[in-house]
Amino acid sequence: MSPWLLGFAMFYVYPMAASLYFSFTHYDLLSQPHWIGLANYRFMATKDPLFWTAVRNTVWIIAVGVPARVVFAIATGMLLTKVRRGGGLFRTIFFLPSLAPPVAATLGFVYLLNPATGPVDQLLRKLHLPAPLWFNDPRFAKPALVLLALWGIGDLMIIFLASLLDVPVHLYEAADIEGANAWQKVRHVTLPMISPVILFAVIIGVIDGLQYFTQGYVAAVAAGGQAFGAGHSLGLGFPQNSTLFYSVWLYQQGFGYFHMGYASALAWVLFLVTLAFTLVLLRGSTRWVHYQGGVR
Amino acid sequence: MATRSGLIACSIAFLAPFGFIVLTSVMTDHQALSQRLWPQPFRWHNYIDVFIQVPLLRYTANTLLYAGLATAGVLLSSIPVAYALAKLRWRLRGVCFVLVLATMMLPFQVTAVSLYVIFVRIHWVGSLLPLIVPAFFGDAFSIFLLRQFFLTLPEEYLDSARVDGAGELQVLRRVVVPMAKPAIAAVGLFNFLYAWNDFFGPLLYTAENQHNWTIAVGLSQFKTLYTVQWNLTMAATVLFMLPVILLFFFAQRAFIEGVTLTGVKG
Repeated sequence: MSPWLLGFAMFYVYPMAASLYFSFTHYDLLSQPHWIGLANYRFMATKDPLFWTAVRNTVWIIAVGVPARVVFAIATGMLLTKVRRGGGLFRTIFFLPSLAPPVAATLGFVYLLNPATGPVDQLLRKLHLPAPLWFNDPRFAKPALVLLALWGIGDLMIIFLASLLDVPVHLYEAADIEGANAWQKVRHVTLPMISPVILFAVIIGVIDGLQYFTQGYVAAVAAGGQAFGAGHSLGLGFPQNSTLFYSVWLYQQGFGYFHMGYASALAWVLFLVTLAFTLVLLRGSTRWVHYQGGVR
Repeated sequence: MATRSGLIACSIAFLAPFGFIVLTSVMTDHQALSQRLWPQPFRWHNYIDVFIQVPLLRYTANTLLYAGLATAGVLLSSIPVAYALAKLRWRLRGVCFVLVLATMMLPFQVTAVSLYVIFVRIHWVGSLLPLIVPAFFGDAFSIFLLRQFFLTLPEEYLDSARVDGAGELQVLRRVVVPMAKPAIAAVGLFNFLYAWNDFFGPLLYTAENQHNWTIAVGLSQFKTLYTVQWNLTMAATVLFMLPVILLFFFAQRAFIEGVTLTGVKG
């Protein structure tokens, strides 16, 4: 226990306290931090134009990405419950993309969706459909990231699959006897029975969404074509700050510009928002989440 | 019938990206710039060129060093803690368990800035040490998963070892660890993959020192730094994905069990 307690103090307690203190200071690593009160928080809310851009992008990716992933994971999971033969094979195929390292998957998608030689736009053009510029167009960069997130649905799907298979068959039989159609069975039997897993998926999705970093960073750098020099990342948010997510902006402030005080303030706001979101979701969930065996 | 076609459509959608990535990885430079989708001829030599043009071997060695040592560290430190939380009675056990859960919820950004400051002070930034050393002090998620599994082990086995005069460390080594092999394997696998895939950590601490880049960092800068083309970029991407996918086929059961363990019991 003691090494963990030591680690807990070193890697959690002290850093949290220190970053809370830094958030009230101006600190650039070179000179000592000096106290500036709430100035970082004021600057964030009123003066930093990219703060609100980053907030908007992050809200977008959560509001679109999380529901899309949950619906798609349930849909693919339900498809798999219906298979009679070859279920294992399909399950493996659906699961496989989620194994791809995020950097590799993102690079793959930047290639697949590139407007000049990418296969997706070639196919769309052949079908006489509009071929977007995806990662090169501020309107399509985030939708492209959602496509990437849907490709990697596997881990979430496996979790839903396990809970879908746990739904007692007699409930469906009872619904059959009462003459329920397919949609009614999904709506009144399946969804209530898997609602605890939906809650879990939404909470994890929101938390991950608030910390969304790697895909946004790599897509911007790979599509924008700018590398970093000596820790300074250029081209983040490409195109036109459309992929500048909250954590990307935090990274740039802290480890690109070395505004340690301001980055700490950003991190603490992120932490408090995460806590608030989780509590609200848990509170609100009593109305729609159904726990077997009555009240939790 | 509808199910069948849905399954096949989805399978194509899931597999096609892999297919195009592999096809592009064996195109000639000239073809990679054209709209052709089928390589003609297949240029397997790209997979050798990519090691010559980029220090991919070094990146791989760094990644293995990070992933291997971090995994060993997490297992060495987390197993005893999980055991103490699951099977021993002591004051403050409940409090400590809540602390473990709390650290799982904490966004890494909150501690990242101050940790970075510490590692700058002790001149570890630029090396892999900030990624490896903390692993030896336990990982909350691994502790949690192992504890959940240890709880399911029947108390009688442990007691009979204790009656025979074994100390708690011996009980852990001789009884608990052998019985918990599947869970330990899953946790080890998860940690290894986490480190293999990790981007934020290596980017933060090794960005300025190319000598210590992992594959993830190297690959993210690949296209821009070397102005190489899609074919070589995709060859490196395939090489980065391949070990994970091979590992999956060798340890499929540990994977699926691990994922469901995290989801349903988490």
